[in-house]
Amino acid sequence: MEQKVSNNNSFMGYTRSDLTNFLIAMILSFVAIPLVVQTDYWYSSILIPWLCLALAAIGQQIVMGYAGQLALGAAGFMAAGAFACFNLILRVPDIPFFVALGLSGLVAAAFGILFGLPSLRVRGIYLMVATLASQFFIVWMIDKFGWFKNYDTSGIITAQDIVILGKPFTSPLEMYLVILVVVTVLTILAVNMARGSTGRNWMAVRDMDIAAESMGISLLKTKLQAFAICAFYCGVAGALFAFTYLKSLEPVAFDIKLSFKILFMVILGGLGTISGAFIGAAFILLFPVLLNSVGNNVFHGAIDATIISSIEQVVFGVLIIVFMIYEPLGMAKLWGNIKQRFSRNK
Amino acid sequence: MTEVLFFIEVVVAGLLAGTMYSLVALGFVLIYKASATFNFAQGAMVFFAVLAFVGFMELGLSFPVSFVVTVLLMVLVGFCTERLVLNPLMNQSEDTLLMATIGLGFVLEGLAQAAWGVEVRRLDLGIGDFPIEWIIDVFGLFVSALDVTAGIVAAVLIIGLALLFKYTRMGLGLRAVADDPGAASSIGIPLKNIMLLVWSAAGVVALVAGMMWGARAGVQFALVDLALKALPVLIIGGFSSIPGAIIGGLIIGATEKVLEVYLGPFFGGAIEGWAPYVLAIFFLLYRPEGLFGEKIIRRV
Repeated sequence: MEQKVSNNNSFMGYTRSDLTNFLIAMILSFVAIPLVVQTDYWYSSILIPWLCLALAAIGQQIVMGYAGQLALGAAGFMAAGAFACFNLILRVPDIPFFVALGLSGLVAAAFGILFGLPSLRVRGIYLMVATLASQFFIVWMIDKFGWFKNYDTSGIITAQDIVILGKPFTSPLEMYLVILVVVTVLTILAVNMARGSTGRNWMAVRDMDIAAESMGISLLKTKLQAFAICAFYCGVAGALFAFTYLKSLEPVAFDIKLSFKILFMVILGGLGTISGAFIGAAFILLFPVLLNSVGNNVFHGAIDATIISSIEQVVFGVLIIVFMIYEPLGMAKLWGNIKQRFSRNK
Repeated sequence: MTEVLFFIEVVVAGLLAGTMYSLVALGFVLIYKASATFNFAQGAMVFFAVLAFVGFMELGLSFPVSFVVTVLLMVLVGFCTERLVLNPLMNQSEDTLLMATIGLGFVLEGLAQAAWGVEVRRLDLGIGDFPIEWIIDVFGLFVSALDVTAGIVAAVLIIGLALLFKYTRMGLGLRAVADDPGAASSIGIPLKNIMLLVWSAAGVVALVAGMMWGARAGVQFALVDLALKALPVLIIGGFSSIPGAIIGGLIIGATEKVLEVYLGPFFGGAIEGWAPYVLAIFFLLYRPEGLFGEKIIRRV
């Protein structure tokens, strides 16, 4: 490994295969998909929510997979980001979209620090309960104070159109590209944080916080940093989710069920890997679609939709148990195993 | 004077509603005591048990028969959980077990809904959710009969469980396992049977809690969310203490009601949804192990 880092073929410590993978992913997502995929359905129902939820899952991954803090309030931070973005665009004239997006991430990060404070005293399930407070409190606050919803009486408000440099981005393809840019930038950032000293501190705290502290790592700084960054990612993801996928803002959309979904993405995808966030998000999103189409095509609608969604729940639950027993590192690890097997045979 | 009476009424209603939280929390504590596993699926077990109970009633079974059948079903659930989930995960970290029980919760919720549907059911226990008349006459207080019943049932259950733990061989074994599972199994205490007993007991407690909640709010999915409120109860009371679960429930119940009635109107109401969690955070900052929990000592 050491040799590879100092190799001429590497760039900033990335190996050549890392860079090729990155290039392939970029070409696929920025060029190939927009050229090949023409139906709006794919963008608005699959690619857009996938990228948004994957971004939130990266946030959850940072706090849970890297820093080892069991938090269950991602949807609350997403709601904070979404409504911050709505209010910024509504109340600040001519605010550029990306500035509003960044600021709403910061608003969510402030909540992240506030509700991350208990992590300094407690861990495990205790912390989970403390973070549930953020989930219920943020959604309640948005729901009860009319100002956040611009005193809209219907309770459901439409998100503004995304306008960048005077050009509206309203078609599914255009919105997909906007999200893709944000997700790409934030993913690169996350990968680098995870590889750098920040990530090493997180992992040291995760593996044994007392040992980390005795080695001079500040628990206060490391834990709160993880919470803030997690909330930032969730906030940005929430704003994008509301503006491009939901297209309307209602606090109920960010209930505890969404938090559980994001938790599952991280667990099934693989704790402690950024790629796990993407794999997990894809799985959680696509599995119900698959199950529904099986229900419709194989059984021709003979099975009730509520039964299908119940079965979906059972399958998710069983999968989590199975992964916990056989592969606690999730699908990202499974994928790695398959790859390793083939490269060994070469 | 009426204001004082009203305050007492609010507190009493809160305390009695709190016993319902205690009932749910009791199930958590049972399992935590015996296996140091935080059973996140307890809420789902409440939902599963009461939905099964109502389902059997709808099949035309009588009240006691449905009760017995549901208890047997919960024993079966406990058995499967022990064999399929806990046994393979033995000696794993607490967090891994916690996540596995989250999965278990999803399985139970899904199974319950697949088997008995998603519509809200009514559960009539023959006890109305109305004020008891003689209490109005004597004290001038409005106290719901259902609340009082829940309080009595909780008391009976707790005394029953306490006697079981204290005076039976099984109970002695259970305390040994709770103390040190390795040492307990090395002197021949049947770990598996103990686990089965504990999970079955938690299942029965879940059924009783579900019946109380179901009679008040209808048998529906929202019960799972209500059961989440047992978490702050546990934080306040401590995870390994049965009296803690009771007192935690009473504190949460009373505080929540008082805050809702006196502070709620200033914030547009519905602060019940998050007030228990915030209360729990304050307790956490002051006493992380809960009022009655064992002090957590961690070493490198």
